[in-house]
Amino acid sequence: MHALIQGVILGVLTAGVYALMASGQTLIFGIMKVVNLAQGAMVVFGAYLSYQLFTSWGVDPFLAIPITTVAMFVLGMAVEWAFLRPLRQQDKAELSLLVTFAVALLLEGFLSVTWKTTYRSINTGYANSSMTIAGYQITLVRLWAFLLSLGALALLFLLLNRTRFGRAIRATVQNPESARLLGVEAQRVSAFGFGLGSATAAAAGSVYGLLYAFYPGTHYDLISLLLSIVILGGLGSIGGAVVGALIVSVSSAVVSATASPTWSSMTFFIILLLVLLVRPQGLFGTPARGAI
Amino acid sequence: MSRLGVLRGAAFFATLVALPSFNLAHWVMNMAVFVLMFAVMSSAWNLVGGFAGYPSLGHAAFFGIGAYAVALWYKNHELTNAWHPFLALPLIALIAALVGLPIAMISMRTRADVFAIVTITVLFVAQTLAFNLRSITDGAQGLAIPPATFSVTTFERPFYYVLTVLLAFAMAITWASMRSKIGLALSSVRADEDKARGVGVHVTAVKLLAFCVSVGITAMVGAIWAYYESFIYPQFAIDPLITIAMVLMTFLGGRATLWGPVVGALVLETAQQVLAYQFGGSKIYLIAYALVFLLVMLLLPRGILPTIQDWLRQRRRRLATDNVPPPAANLPPAAVPAAHGGRA
Repeated sequence: MHALIQGVILGVLTAGVYALMASGQTLIFGIMKVVNLAQGAMVVFGAYLSYQLFTSWGVDPFLAIPITTVAMFVLGMAVEWAFLRPLRQQDKAELSLLVTFAVALLLEGFLSVTWKTTYRSINTGYANSSMTIAGYQITLVRLWAFLLSLGALALLFLLLNRTRFGRAIRATVQNPESARLLGVEAQRVSAFGFGLGSATAAAAGSVYGLLYAFYPGTHYDLISLLLSIVILGGLGSIGGAVVGALIVSVSSAVVSATASPTWSSMTFFIILLLVLLVRPQGLFGTPARGAI
Repeated sequence: MSRLGVLRGAAFFATLVALPSFNLAHWVMNMAVFVLMFAVMSSAWNLVGGFAGYPSLGHAAFFGIGAYAVALWYKNHELTNAWHPFLALPLIALIAALVGLPIAMISMRTRADVFAIVTITVLFVAQTLAFNLRSITDGAQGLAIPPATFSVTTFERPFYYVLTVLLAFAMAITWASMRSKIGLALSSVRADEDKARGVGVHVTAVKLLAFCVSVGITAMVGAIWAYYESFIYPQFAIDPLITIAMVLMTFLGGRATLWGPVVGALVLETAQQVLAYQFGGSKIYLIAYALVFLLVMLLLPRGILPTIQDWLRQRRRRLATDNVPPPAANLPPAAVPAAHGGRA
């Protein structure tokens, strides 16, 4: 029982980071109908950026987040402009999968050449401190990472619901054609949306780098995880991404704590297949989405 | 198929059969074996991803099933005759098709991009299984297969010929389905599945059939690959890059065409082998590959063959209109623009 609850605590804390990564992914899909297979690579890139800032100038990864998010926002806009905008409308859905995968490979190659393929980790002074509450151990850095992810998600939520730009994005998600008729510039929304998705990847990457060791190939693990989360929650739904992240993270942490760590990565794939058997559109997806 | 088409096919396969008798260097034959492997797999992928419009990203899982089937069999059995593994290929295809059936039944409830994602999770499940079922697969240590006892000087030839036969098989299936109602049903699924179901096409049956045949062929190539390499590691037997190569080659050559995947494999696999050789172990090769990939997608979104066909058709039309005989003197002038209508 103790192991189970410990697993749940760990799962919930980790879910914050996953939710942050997945919210960017699902946002990009909602706006552009593009499944971004480079999201994992962008997270790893963010992790490397804050690793470099930490080792070269001693910038704390939490403080590095504003820098990395701005950098990745610009990179995301550039990717959208260079590779996604030129695609023709009729085969965008299929081609964008391939194009974003190619971007992921490009990033993987770049990271491998720049930082080599050995594992790196960010070793801050507080990396190992923890506290014990009612017999359950909580690593402080995980708690901070969780709170920070919640903060970033809240910011994203405010941006989407309280600003003019957010309203334009939501209008585009709901009905791209009416939004265009009402004067929303689709291209600008796409570019900003992709940038925003990349920025959340960067923020999540800085946090991820604090929690785990990483190398360029990590993006394969991340992307499979992220895809499961967004499909589970329903593509295009940020709330769904958060719930999906909770389910995935808690279930794999519990399996890893009570059964065996080797099978934890299997758990959420099975949950995903079971959910799709009942609801092909995911938990919070609309039927129309599932039938694109 | 037109007479020209038959001639083209005959000439292509005659060249393939004749090629080894030029005593090519080992590295050239090795490259030819890999080009053929990818030509077969892309043709197989084309059945589902091209004709039916279901972009599966999970095919590498079935490549792995084929590879592990051979490796696991020879873990417990002696290799008495070097040709035996090839005789087992139809059985391996059947196993893969049977594994593929329930997967297709679940994943084909979703469409387009969601389908792609669900199938890519299948790929990762297979990879996790290969790593973690250590008692069966020996995990990350990999499995050895007894090396084929073919003559060293002509080692690649048996693999080359078997793959040629397999390519002929895959292309024959593609050709037959293009001419039959199955091909029509598949393209109706791609165009508008709900409408196709509405007018009475057996949508589900035809989708499942295409998927099972496609993964069966893929598994056979996996088995040949494992036997050729005589050692398999889970990360190479079940590799996302294999899936992506199949997809990319089909897209490059031209989706839903007979020759597209073959052309795509010829161009890309050659390029990849040369790039990998040039840059050795360095990851610069990955960057170069990704750039080739992006350029193809942006410049030729419809693929090489459809682009050339369009170009030829336009040219032919232009020639045809240019060769229209000059109007006879007794025709009214109004008839002239009509004859040149195609040029306007």
